[in-house]
Amino acid sequence: MLGFESRVATRFLREGRMQTVLIIVGVAAGVAVVAYISALITGLQSNTIEKTLGAQAHLTLSPRDDVVLAARAPASAGTRELVQTQPRAQRPRSIGNWQLLVPLLEAMPEVAAVSPMVSAAGLAVRGEASKAIALMGVDLDRYDRIVNLRSKVVDGTARLEPGEGIIGRELADDLGVRVGDRVGIVTGGVSDSLRVTALVDLGVRELNRRTVIVPLRTAQSLVGLPGGATGLDLTLVDIWSAQTLADDLAARWPYKAESWQQANAQLVAALNAQSVSTAVIRGVVMIVVVLGIASVLVVSVVQKRREIGILRAMGATQGQVLRIFLLQGAIVGALGSALGVVLALLLIWVFTQFALGSDGRPLFNITLEPALALRVAAIATVCGVLAAVAPARRAAKLDPAEAIRL
Amino acid sequence: MSAPAAQAPLAALLELDGVRKSYNVGLPNEAEVLHGVSLRIGRGEFVALIGPSGSGKSTLLNIVGLLEHMTAGSYRIDGEEVMGLDDAALTLRRRNTLGFVFQFHHLLPAFSALENVTLPALMREGRITTAQRERARAVLAAVGLGDAMGKRPGELSGGMQQRVAIARALVLEPPLVLADEPTGNLDTASSDEVFALMRRMHAELHTSFLVVTHDPRLAARCDRVLELVDGRLVHDGAAAGAAG
Repeated sequence: MLGFESRVATRFLREGRMQTVLIIVGVAAGVAVVAYISALITGLQSNTIEKTLGAQAHLTLSPRDDVVLAARAPASAGTRELVQTQPRAQRPRSIGNWQLLVPLLEAMPEVAAVSPMVSAAGLAVRGEASKAIALMGVDLDRYDRIVNLRSKVVDGTARLEPGEGIIGRELADDLGVRVGDRVGIVTGGVSDSLRVTALVDLGVRELNRRTVIVPLRTAQSLVGLPGGATGLDLTLVDIWSAQTLADDLAARWPYKAESWQQANAQLVAALNAQSVSTAVIRGVVMIVVVLGIASVLVVSVVQKRREIGILRAMGATQGQVLRIFLLQGAIVGALGSALGVVLALLLIWVFTQFALGSDGRPLFNITLEPALALRVAAIATVCGVLAAVAPARRAAKLDPAEAIRL
Repeated sequence: MSAPAAQAPLAALLELDGVRKSYNVGLPNEAEVLHGVSLRIGRGEFVALIGPSGSGKSTLLNIVGLLEHMTAGSYRIDGEEVMGLDDAALTLRRRNTLGFVFQFHHLLPAFSALENVTLPALMREGRITTAQRERARAVLAAVGLGDAMGKRPGELSGGMQQRVAIARALVLEPPLVLADEPTGNLDTASSDEVFALMRRMHAELHTSFLVVTHDPRLAARCDRVLELVDGRLVHDGAAAGAAG
């Protein structure tokens, strides 16, 4: 198959050696940029999402907000009534029947883990110091599956027996406490004290400054919700299914379901803008690659007019001539892709060696997945063939008598 | 030597009847360069086509070689009319019926002498068998290039390049070889050598030759001479030097 076409195509490319090398290097540069940018943005976005979701659930179920309804029957049809109501202050409320809800949620294929939580605002007090805190009452094992809490411990051992608590690193600094010290907790009119078993770094300084994690029962007592849970945290198998599942759950049950995308709308918008920008850059680079290959092949057709004429005179069909030039495009695209992937790996290596954080480690993990490399290479090869279409058609349509006369 | 034209006619390989060729048809500058040319070439004939520059020789050769369409008339190869055939059909007949030798050798510079000669088989089959490669070697050896098979055209002299072109034209043993000024670019010694080679291959393979030449010496050594002047065939007869 294509023995004649491939032989002639490779010889034509070898004959125009410098031209061929230059265009292959050009394609390689384009492929390297596309592959490198793709890997970089993928790594950056994964890192950002990982850090963001490292301290929060993919999806949270909570009771619907209290609303004040007008205490009158709706106006009859055809009339309008102006009614003003005062928005109601939201009090801590429990999800009704949350104990029954947990196994139902756990049975869903999209859900990887469920953790009940009691959350409230409060104060942490030690001596003269008091700090505003976000109190979270959790079942440690379940909560660990949501935010991988144990991996975030920077001092002490994560443990939540009655009377124990885990606090953020910065909060410990502010209060001047160490592992084993006691801290007073005040919520509304209720207060308690707990012994700090571990300090955690949740990846965000502000969270570290406010977070106090206590056993679920302790939080229930502090908030005044015996046996209650103000929310259910969910970790999902696929984080990108969070919004769909949130919509589904909100429609199915009388709870408020909030996805991580809703909770971080600005971040998601920024990521989307980044993805669009990357796609535009990739598109422009691939267009440049296509134009580069096409221009070289157009010149090649002009240079090879006589040879094309000879081949046509000898009995080469228009299809054979067309395929000779399409193959040249494919070969240039494929070789450029292979070289481009190697260049991209080199760029990634340079990035991981020289773009370091203050701790001397790479800013974030960046790898060129084989699937991504293959996809970019395949696209570049297809682009090579597409770039060759116009020159190839021109070559095939050459009048052999005229071409030989030149 | 082949039989001269005066003897019993050979089986017709190609027949042209009233062939006309015009350029820029339908435009104010329309020009007819062939004005109803009729001729017949039999199998195994060695024919010279002579005429002054601009007489239409190359156009006639291109039409005979199926590289250009005629405007009117009839052209039959092996009894089959080619007028009206599409490009694919003409290409197929060109591939199976004709061999070309051009004035400036027109070898593919990126291919060695042997590869140039195996190219027609590669083009036809998509691969080259051992037998085809051996056949190409034998033909190259027959034209005296047994030691230069691996050389590129750029490494060969003009005469040697033309011998490679003749080998390429003959390797698939087509019924007809068209040669356009095959010695026009060579010195006298090389010219004689190449012409002698064509005559020898003609004698061995019984391939018909139609040779366009300006050289009356060479035309005289053909079996038959066609003379074209201003697009008209003004002479068709035995060459001065032809036997008989």
